[in-house]
Amino acid sequence: MQPTSEQRRWMYRQMVTSRHLEERIETLYMEGKTPVFNMAKGPIPGEMHLSNGQEPCAVGVCAHLNAEDVVVATHRPHHIAVAKGVDLNAMVAEIFGKATGLSGGRGGHMHLFDADVNFSCSGIIGESLGPAAGAVLSRKLQGKPGVAVAFLGEGAANQGAFHEALNLAAVWQLPVVFVIEDNAWGISVAKQASTAVPRNDLRASAYGMPGVHVADNDVDGVFAAAGQAIARAREGRGPTLIEIETSRLAGHFMGDGEDYRPEGEKEALQQRDPIPRYRQALLEAGLLDEAADTALVKEAHARVEAAIRFAQQSDFLPPEAALETVFV
Amino acid sequence: MTTTSTASGTRKLTIARAMAEATAQEMRTDPSVFVMGEDVGPLGGVFGNTRGLHEEFGPERILDTPISETAFIGAAVGAASDGMRPIVELMFVDFLGVCFDAIYNMMAKNTYFSGGKVRVPMVLMTSTGGGYSDAGQHSQCLYGTFAHLPGMKVVVPSNAYDAKGLMTAAIRDDNPVVFMYHKALQGMGWLGTEKGATVPVPEESYTVEIGRASVVREGQDLTLVSLGAGVHHCLRAAKTLADEGFDAEVVDLRSLVPLDRETVRASVAKTGRLIVVDEDYHSYGVSGEIIASVVEHDHRLKAAPARVAYPDIPIPFAPTMEQWALPNADKIVAAFHQMLSQ
Ligand SMILES: Cc1ncc(C[n+]2csc(CCOP(=O)(O)OP(=O)(O)O)c2C)c(N)n1
Repeated sequence: MQPTSEQRRWMYRQMVTSRHLEERIETLYMEGKTPVFNMAKGPIPGEMHLSNGQEPCAVGVCAHLNAEDVVVATHRPHHIAVAKGVDLNAMVAEIFGKATGLSGGRGGHMHLFDADVNFSCSGIIGESLGPAAGAVLSRKLQGKPGVAVAFLGEGAANQGAFHEALNLAAVWQLPVVFVIEDNAWGISVAKQASTAVPRNDLRASAYGMPGVHVADNDVDGVFAAAGQAIARAREGRGPTLIEIETSRLAGHFMGDGEDYRPEGEKEALQQRDPIPRYRQALLEAGLLDEAADTALVKEAHARVEAAIRFAQQSDFLPPEAALETVFV
Repeated sequence: MTTTSTASGTRKLTIARAMAEATAQEMRTDPSVFVMGEDVGPLGGVFGNTRGLHEEFGPERILDTPISETAFIGAAVGAASDGMRPIVELMFVDFLGVCFDAIYNMMAKNTYFSGGKVRVPMVLMTSTGGGYSDAGQHSQCLYGTFAHLPGMKVVVPSNAYDAKGLMTAAIRDDNPVVFMYHKALQGMGWLGTEKGATVPVPEESYTVEIGRASVVREGQDLTLVSLGAGVHHCLRAAKTLADEGFDAEVVDLRSLVPLDRETVRASVAKTGRLIVVDEDYHSYGVSGEIIASVVEHDHRLKAAPARVAYPDIPIPFAPTMEQWALPNADKIVAAFHQMLSQ
């Protein structure tokens, strides 16, 4: 399954948008946290897991999804949220904890919920799969259309919830796709030190579903694999497991010293940054020229800058609002 | 030795280093002690409490685990029942949801089910607490949740001296012990640092008895009871109250199970007033238990007891909301003023 020119440009634009957002968050996050790094300080306090390098996973999958389709993401959710079409202003405002944020600042960066486009995420490792399966069980029971995608890291594939959800989805032939973003690290623990198989897509056979591997953080490769899996789900032919070899260009979270990385790894990964590579591919394919690229990047950056301004200019909710929305 | 007076030296340690030192000392003398958990190896624990252990003891005894809490905490139960003394880490207490069965249905009950024949000498260490905008899945205390379920001892140090002594006692205990350490007290600069938690710690090995509270400040007019980070809020409040001419006694529970009700009752018998400070949720928790323990024994107080606890809401991300909801010294002082005006 090949992406159309339009789809390829769309994927590139989403990746550029997401990366710019992450780079701006990175700078803003550090405000007030120097010279002494203290997580509680600055305009964006708390943990911050950036998605730099993992954009192909988000765009190659979300290119096949509509607003009605369900996505459940992880503690590293920004790239996926951008590609799923989460309201950028409200998302950035939530990351800043503002009243205009998706949940008024109650959730923050690890708990983004946008019901308009059926997006959610969770900071608990391995907990995206069950809710994704349940959302499409609901669609089945209600006779409503829609597929679901659960994203997870390769580290999460060692959680019980992963194995239970795969089995459940296969037994009930649910229209769900499980997408593993394999960035080779679970915080400081390398995949080969935590995982008994070299590739998690091999685990699909244990649950009688197709397992697909995408090598080298390849945008079009993700597009093809996800396209097939999602089409299969839409046709009622059950779940698929996909593992994508991707890269985490940043630390696990902001403030991570990354001493555990082998020397030179990070530099090598940066050499293989998927965004310049994809840009090059589009230029070579004649789908983009320098002028068009400049315009596209400018527009994407402007969107992000507008969202950041929106967030910065928004107020916080009054503190007592903490008591609201526990129940409806 | 079970007191909080320091025996030797002026060397100060953070709680993180005190925990690592206690673990290292026990590992040197007892080959059955080993450590398992996420990022406890070369990284030294996300909160620093296994730093240096991997270098000294190697990957056989300091095991980085997959992200598989159900399996490795269950494995700790199995190893403990088979003659080892595992120390196992649940990185944030909030993650109990994925592995609680191994904890409360096995770790906590196997000794009882076996009529006392099976020993489960393991330590489950886990981080608690918020205050740095990590939101509702990474900031809880859940003290009451663990203390509620019978069969596991539960300790919560407020300073490095107690942390080392309680850790040593926990490792040596033939029962499962849950060791709950508050992130803001760890002495990790990036989480802020509560100065009062970093105190002189003897180099030699010692224990702090599990089940003994400590009166960390003596006073006549009011008893403040707390644990972990709350103890430091109480000490700050006591200082403010002293300026106003009131003399507050501060009781650091240190252990939730067993609970030293006697020390609390003796203090309240003397002061006649009780405020419990707890960063865990208000209802069904430590604060209610302490108040009940006092009033079911003696109802002749000078004022109705009060609690300063976390409201019954998930913990919000936005710092404005979170800081508003957390207990602090001002709220304790206000609760006392309220008490006087009754
Ligand atoms: C149940 C649970 N255990 C542990 C953690 C702490 N933790 C947060 S991210 C992470 C690593 C996750 O690795 P992976 O799934 O590969 O995703 P990545 O961070 O690489 O994107 C861990 C262990 C958690 N959030 N939830």
